Amino acid sequence: MTLLRHTSADQDVQREALTVNPAKTCQPIGAMYAALGLHRCLPHSHGSQGCCAYHRSTLSRHYKEPAMAGTSSFTEGSSVFGGQANLLAAIENIFTVYNPDVIAVHTTCLSETIGDDVPQIVEAAIDKGLLPEGKMVIHANTPSYVGSHTTGFATMTKAMVDYIAQSSGAEKIRDQVNLIPGWVEPADMSELKRLVKLMGLDPVTFPDTSGVLDSPQTGIHEMFPAGGATVDSIRSAGDSCHTIALGPICSGPAAKALFAKCQIPQTTMPLPIGLKATDRFIMKLREINGGFVPDEIMTERGRVLDLMTDMHQYFYGKTAALWGDPDQLVSLAELLITLDMIPKFVVTGTPGKKFYKRMGEVLGDHAQGCKVDQGSCADMFQLHQWIKSDPDKVDLLIGNTYGKYIARDEDIPLIRHGFPILDRIGHQHFATVGYRGATRILEQILDAFLDRQDRDAPESGFELVM
Amino acid sequence: MSEHSPFDDDSEVAVTSESLRDDLLDAYPKKTRRKREKQVVVNHKQADESGLVSLPVIGANTRTIPGVITQRGCSYAGCKGVILGPTRDIVNITHGPIGCGFYSWLTRRNQTLAPTDEHDNFMPYCFSTDMQDENIIFGGEKKLAKAIEEAYELFKPKAIAVFSTCPVGLIGDDVHQVAAEMKEKLGINVFGFSCEGYKGVSQSAGHHIANNQIFKHVVGEDNTKRGKWSINLLGEYNIGGDAFLIEDLLQRCGIDLVATFSGNSTYDQFANSHMAQLNCVMCHRSINYVADMMEKKYGPPWIKVNFIGAKATAKSLRKIAEYFDDQELTEKVEAVISEEYPAVFEAQEIYKPRCEGKRAMLFVGGSRAHHYQELFAELGMKTIAAGYEFAHRDDYEGRDVLPDIKVDADSRNIEELHVDADPDHYRGNDRAKAIERERAGYKFKEYDGLMADMPEKALVIDDINHHESEELIRRMKPDLFCAGIKEKYAVQKMGVPCKQLHSYDYGGPYAGFQGAINFYKEIDRMVNAKVWSMIQPPWSDEAKQNAPSSSSIRRDG
Repeated sequence: MTLLRHTSADQDVQREALTVNPAKTCQPIGAMYAALGLHRCLPHSHGSQGCCAYHRSTLSRHYKEPAMAGTSSFTEGSSVFGGQANLLAAIENIFTVYNPDVIAVHTTCLSETIGDDVPQIVEAAIDKGLLPEGKMVIHANTPSYVGSHTTGFATMTKAMVDYIAQSSGAEKIRDQVNLIPGWVEPADMSELKRLVKLMGLDPVTFPDTSGVLDSPQTGIHEMFPAGGATVDSIRSAGDSCHTIALGPICSGPAAKALFAKCQIPQTTMPLPIGLKATDRFIMKLREINGGFVPDEIMTERGRVLDLMTDMHQYFYGKTAALWGDPDQLVSLAELLITLDMIPKFVVTGTPGKKFYKRMGEVLGDHAQGCKVDQGSCADMFQLHQWIKSDPDKVDLLIGNTYGKYIARDEDIPLIRHGFPILDRIGHQHFATVGYRGATRILEQILDAFLDRQDRDAPESGFELVM
Repeated sequence: MSEHSPFDDDSEVAVTSESLRDDLLDAYPKKTRRKREKQVVVNHKQADESGLVSLPVIGANTRTIPGVITQRGCSYAGCKGVILGPTRDIVNITHGPIGCGFYSWLTRRNQTLAPTDEHDNFMPYCFSTDMQDENIIFGGEKKLAKAIEEAYELFKPKAIAVFSTCPVGLIGDDVHQVAAEMKEKLGINVFGFSCEGYKGVSQSAGHHIANNQIFKHVVGEDNTKRGKWSINLLGEYNIGGDAFLIEDLLQRCGIDLVATFSGNSTYDQFANSHMAQLNCVMCHRSINYVADMMEKKYGPPWIKVNFIGAKATAKSLRKIAEYFDDQELTEKVEAVISEEYPAVFEAQEIYKPRCEGKRAMLFVGGSRAHHYQELFAELGMKTIAAGYEFAHRDDYEGRDVLPDIKVDADSRNIEELHVDADPDHYRGNDRAKAIERERAGYKFKEYDGLMADMPEKALVIDDINHHESEELIRRMKPDLFCAGIKEKYAVQKMGVPCKQLHSYDYGGPYAGFQGAINFYKEIDRMVNAKVWSMIQPPWSDEAKQNAPSSSSIRRDG
């Protein structure tokens, strides 16, 4: 049986209005994920409760972990008259019952359409004495009808700067750098911190979901796990000597805000996925640390290169289809190019024309043979049609779990990468950034190709050694 | 099992149940406490002199308290996600920003099986108008019309349904008008649902809205006559293949299943469903509206059935046979039950001793918190606390309380369809037969609710939240907690296995006889897994104390 049996190559309907199998989701889930990267923070969804239930469920399915969040639980009445009473009640209940240090409020299409003014409601909460001593409420406006989940992540990350970061007025701390890791997995955040430390620098990392969405089984449920960036550390981000923002979509706005607010020079660069992007990340850190790279990092880099040299024959000329988030796709495409592979089809539902320019830069000479699309109607249905209409299809799919339907129908191996991954574990425990992360991605690609070769080989050509 | 289970029938322990309730409530600010008090109930059953048992009154189907970390979802989820999602040959377009469509894309496990690749199956697809800010400002009707047209050109479905999300109602898009125009233009059935997420207080409003529209726009289109023992199965969504097992049983009994609302269903089944002679209601909460409307308009009566649990399955099959009162059918039903039961007994012999006496808590949706108690009873397990996310008082206390239920301001805007008998297609025969059966003592439209089957002094909690769940688990140390994905991992972090009774943890089916056996195995696996005995590292003091104990993490408190 064919799963996506209605997708065919020769339907030439030009779609303007209908999105089919989206390569994005909506803002608030990104804000929720970012807020979980703040220590002792309860994310709060200001809207009707269905959004919050969906976002928590998706995060839990992805991480196999609790994902806590409150909601204002709008009714029809509050949708007409405004959600102030709901948010005030929520703030009182949350601090009384759950006692977080911070409530991070995001909005939905509902509260955005009716125009609720969250800062004004928070003021009212303070006036009514609903905020206990030392507690805070931060907020981000995250209308679901603008951008995508990555936009929501970026906005909540920026809110951490707007509400918390402060310049103490003293001199900038020479060894302290702000690391805004972007929308990556907890293990990626740990790996990035490790690299910064190896480079002799002290990272202020936010948001940081390591220790939150990869927490251990201890027999005790910690409502607020050990991980997460603390308010104090984010406050001190205003005194760092530099900000490195990884991924312009997810981290750029926070870095810019930090520059505007505390005059911290910033560098926004692609996510360090793959050899070249990691090289640039290390080069930037080297510029800040006075010019040294430790042997350990040299060795890690050498291992990736060694793998690339040894196994080049299996990578060379292979084609791939990619979908997901712009910051991820740009770096993944570059990684494939460095392997002499071709990222033939690339799709993101997240709007923003700069994506074409960035993809053009990494694709270079290959740009002619590749198809790239972004925004509404740039979806997985479109991607599937491209694959079907190409006589050679592609050799590999790289993207989230929804790709498994295409993978099965077209018999193309799938490497799960990005968000959400609902049907495998490991993604939050094994980094894909840095040289170590590149090694992991290369291993996954090789496994896919070699498994395929083993499966398809004739009896006589079935190889023991590859 | 614990020697101090708080619902044991002795006075000393009865205090414990009440005091536990107090402790749950004491954590709240005053206003919140006043509201939650009504929804957290100790199941005191009081018998009067004539032996008539009365149940405590529970607050249910009221608005959610902001900030308490509810399990609940919204009206869109109840309408699109639950009721209409499982039908494979209708293109369901979500009119809204991308999230709602994305999150309801393949996340409920309502399986479907089209006979061949030539048959439509749109379930692996997510269709959305992906509203942008300009659609919020200038309205989204044009984009919706265009999206419907594009969907028709690409997929040529026999019907297209449109589901409204939060902003649609606020900006005043008239989805019903757009649907009517596109129906005219395309020549296929196109209909809309005003299931904005803020309607009502939970998924429940969405059920009602879905019932109304499917009844208004589809049921009754196809008047093809059906066989002599024809039924509909209402409120069975084929999670993990439940409906497949039930379909198989019905088929072997010779019963003609016209339509299932809506697991493994098609448009044509709904269109013809009013020609069935009897409606069998599984999930009372989500579909009792269609059952009532069909009875009024076309005549077929309805009964409550339950295919969760071997005993319940046998009872339900017999109840159907009893209605038709035909020797041939009765014999077939008995033959199927006898074929199936030996394997069930065999499994019970293996698994019951391994599970007996263990204690479960169930906090699920609007029906399973009750249905699954039968399965636990078959394993000798006790249900010590239970409740629903979004059920109404009748699901807790039984349909006898229906006249006492007042619709509050939050749910008043959910339309009640006025239905009259159809002058051409009302079947007086079915009605007459029902009246005759009723005189003979056969019960229609009967549902006693969850509390009647719960042990005395068990806690019944409506719209339970995270605080209450965590406190219950810490204080009562159940052997198993049943809930959903949002609860699962927090519960397990506390060292207690959590069975998802929405998704079945990607297992199942659990309906019917074979399903019961699957469930016994699964529960044995969960409550007796070695992992629970290894949580404390060998170097911790607690681990040393507990070292020689059983494989489950019994920690009496």
